[in-house]
Amino acid sequence: MPMSIWEYANPKKFMQTSSAVLPWVAGLTVICLVVGLVWGFFFTPDDFRQGSTVKIIYVHVPSAMMAINVWVMMLVTSLIWIIRRHHVSVLAAKAAAPIGATMTVIALFTGAIWGQPMWGTWWEWDPRLTSFLILFLFYLGYIALWSAIENSDTAADLTSILCLVGSVFAVLSRYAAQFWNQGLHQGATLSLDKEENISDVFYYPLLFCLAGFVLLFVTLLLIRTRTEIRSRRLKALRLRERMA
Amino acid sequence: MPDLGKYAVEVLSAYGVSLAFLVLLVAWTLYQGAKAKEALRSYEERRAQDGRASSKEAAE
Repeated sequence: MPMSIWEYANPKKFMQTSSAVLPWVAGLTVICLVVGLVWGFFFTPDDFRQGSTVKIIYVHVPSAMMAINVWVMMLVTSLIWIIRRHHVSVLAAKAAAPIGATMTVIALFTGAIWGQPMWGTWWEWDPRLTSFLILFLFYLGYIALWSAIENSDTAADLTSILCLVGSVFAVLSRYAAQFWNQGLHQGATLSLDKEENISDVFYYPLLFCLAGFVLLFVTLLLIRTRTEIRSRRLKALRLRERMA
Repeated sequence: MPDLGKYAVEVLSAYGVSLAFLVLLVAWTLYQGAKAKEALRSYEERRAQDGRASSKEAAE
């Protein structure tokens, strides 16, 4: 019988499947992160213009990529909640938010540390930097809204709407450098065009780091969604006991 | 350790900050997960004990 993705909207099915998948994803995460970061930090040469600061690429680019894509994932799962009312999907969005916020902070910090020697400033109200800062504020707002509302279905509705609004800044963060041809930040680091893409010597370890950050997100997301499902079940059981 | 030249402070602090945030996130996630699992387990255990006690009382 063909499997449907909606089967994972059943918390029991999600818990069973995630339990089986988690050790493998966690193991792959460690392998990719260790290979990517060790290769990038210890075994890549300095850039002829940027010197050793080019090594910051291995933490800055993957975290920036995840900062945007985690919000996109939250957008998809929030839309599933709005349209189909599957609790697991909105709990996954809730579980993803602190991961996305952390990735955004890392991207902002490493960007500032990289920017100081290269641009001569820690911060500039550049379109991409500014939209990233606003994206971070949206993450904080999203997390705060979940905590502020007692009724979990109401919280899910309102945070999903906030997620739709914040998506504008997720898109802006990605394309700001192209939309407004101004500011200090460069365009995309990776390109399918071989001429525009970074040199292979930096590219391959970066691919490992990108895979490592994606897998780290999946690992943490599975653990955090399982935590949310357990907390929700405990809350429901306590409520049922009180009502009895 | 590679020779990071005049940018050693910048490179090392970028890695240090990133790894510190990632370690904190992983530790917090695992702690919350273990706490929620234990809370649900102890609640269900207590409920099961209460259920057994009340059915024993009913039988007596």
